[in-house]
Amino acid sequence: MMNRRTLLLAGLAMPALSRAGFAADPIRIGMTQPLTGAVAASGNYVANGAKIAAEVLNASGGVLGRPVELILEDNKSNPREAVAAAEKLVLRDKVPVLIGAWSSTFTLAIMPKLMEYKVPMIVETSSAARITTSGNPWVFRIAPTSEMEAVAFAELLGKFTPAIRKIGFLSVNNDFGRGATEKFWAALGAKGIAIGRTETMTPEATDLAAQITALKQSDADTVFLTTGVEQQTLALRQAVEQRLGKRIVTTGGSFPDQLLANPLPPGNTSFHILFYAPWFPERAPHPRIAERYTAEWNRKGWEFAGLTEGFRGYDAMLTVAEALKAAGKPEAEAIRQALWTVKLAGVNGDISFAKEGPAGQESGQNRPNVSVVTLSEGKTGLL
Amino acid sequence: MDQALQHLVNGTVLGGTYALLGIGLTLVFGVMRVVNFTHGELYAFGAYMTYAAVSLLGLDFYLSLALATLLGMALGAAIEFLLLRPMRRADIDSTMLVMIGAALVLQNGEMWAWGGVAKLIPNPFPGTPLVVGPVSVLPLRLFVLVVSIALLLGFWLLLDRTRIGMAMRATFQDPETAALMGVRINWVNSATFAIGSGLAAAAGALLGPVFMVSPTMGDLVGLKAFAIVILGGLGSLPGATIGGFALGFVEEFAGGFVSTEYRDAFGFLLIILILALKPQGLVPAKERIG
Repeated sequence: MMNRRTLLLAGLAMPALSRAGFAADPIRIGMTQPLTGAVAASGNYVANGAKIAAEVLNASGGVLGRPVELILEDNKSNPREAVAAAEKLVLRDKVPVLIGAWSSTFTLAIMPKLMEYKVPMIVETSSAARITTSGNPWVFRIAPTSEMEAVAFAELLGKFTPAIRKIGFLSVNNDFGRGATEKFWAALGAKGIAIGRTETMTPEATDLAAQITALKQSDADTVFLTTGVEQQTLALRQAVEQRLGKRIVTTGGSFPDQLLANPLPPGNTSFHILFYAPWFPERAPHPRIAERYTAEWNRKGWEFAGLTEGFRGYDAMLTVAEALKAAGKPEAEAIRQALWTVKLAGVNGDISFAKEGPAGQESGQNRPNVSVVTLSEGKTGLL
Repeated sequence: MDQALQHLVNGTVLGGTYALLGIGLTLVFGVMRVVNFTHGELYAFGAYMTYAAVSLLGLDFYLSLALATLLGMALGAAIEFLLLRPMRRADIDSTMLVMIGAALVLQNGEMWAWGGVAKLIPNPFPGTPLVVGPVSVLPLRLFVLVVSIALLLGFWLLLDRTRIGMAMRATFQDPETAALMGVRINWVNSATFAIGSGLAAAAGALLGPVFMVSPTMGDLVGLKAFAIVILGGLGSLPGATIGGFALGFVEEFAGGFVSTEYRDAFGFLLIILILALKPQGLVPAKERIG
């Protein structure tokens, strides 16, 4: 029979017992993003999305009865640093799963290490085709490839007035830029659209006048711009200065958010291929999930337009959590196997993985949704 | 022809800013024999100070540019006093290592203070370009070119017509003799490093609103400044000016007419060619030998 003292002790112990599940070691999830350097804006947005997802997951009891802990490493917009960051996460922090690494160049640099250490990685942004076709069974990409993006865009050609007849390219000179140029070239060329001039720029370049002046001389009516947020902003501003006089479509899902507060002069409308349009969450495939993500982001007071990329980190974390649940334990090989069974409703839409690449060594590739947002005088619209 | 005219204008605008960058670096090397690896970071510092003054404090744009330049000079004077003066008798390698360390501290300080995301600085100029025939240029870029040329001229007057300028030239030619003639070398060094830093900060303050401001913006600029100085002749002030414009034109025309993919490579190809033909650079610095 319980006496008063036993009851009191039991009462005191209750909060500790109820916390027992969360007192367990957290499950560590490693992420590497470009938090500084040439494409830092995007990397920070993606990292913020992942942080929100970790909070949402922990608020609803964590995963496998344990809290999740996001361990973030800066890859400094540099492939060499990306490899060092991934090795640090795997070897020192002992994470059983990675998320990364924004640019295709950084992701491709890390990929041999995934094979070496046998750790799966959710690729949240990179679009180069060979990430999932080179035979790396530790890679699971939730982002669309450049080809998927180009094919989806080709279906929207009828929405452009005047019609797109000839295209040119201004692309960052890396795997991301070259890959997008090649795939848009092929997808739109197959629709009978003529191909004009291609200009490239280094990721650090700030003065793009020579490239834009050269493109101005071509008779293309539309220029596809493939690079990070910073160079998108510079290119759009310098295109006005050089009177480019052509429609500009940005690819890759990044949005030049600083042009909302500092708009281009009237009469300049740009088009942006995005995978989440936060101005219109009700139009997302799963509005409730998109609205929750958007609300949590806004509650933090972060840059609104960062939502366009932050969802990548958010969806990647939800994907990892779902795989952990299916695996039943935070072990790399079990997570890799479980990722093939994931079926999840994310901000961008349904997430699941189809096999790509050589038989027996397949990577996972999701089929995400694509939308085109217009930007004119600091205001956005949905095409 | 239209394209060539536009490249000419773009090259002039770019060259003016390159010259401004090069002259501060070459001045410090010429007078102090110090390879200033903090030059690019002082450029970024000028840009961030302008951003802070305009966007955070809401100060007038032109006042902010002046303030950023003065703060750049103050930071330069502090670096000279705290880091370079104690290294006066050290060899050039040790001094270089100290300056590389200082550059890393400055860049990481900027990342810590401002975060990694690039920022835009609002400016009072219209966003629509001025158009003359086939050529167009933003009023802001024109302003930057005019101020750059004014700063270059002002700097030349300072060197040529003032006592401190004369002291700097004397120290440049022969520091020992200058000291024997009563020139206060410590003071000349402080003034030189402050002015060199001020020119870098002014370039950052002017170009920050044209481009974007980020903690790593000084990396590429620092590299270009070194290229300009080597092209013009180490320690040569007219050389840095000519080198700046030469690099601007080569990058612009080769990028526009040959290949933008190798735009930066053309600049360095020019440097290799010039150094092969004139190892001392375009305009070798005059100094007493022996």
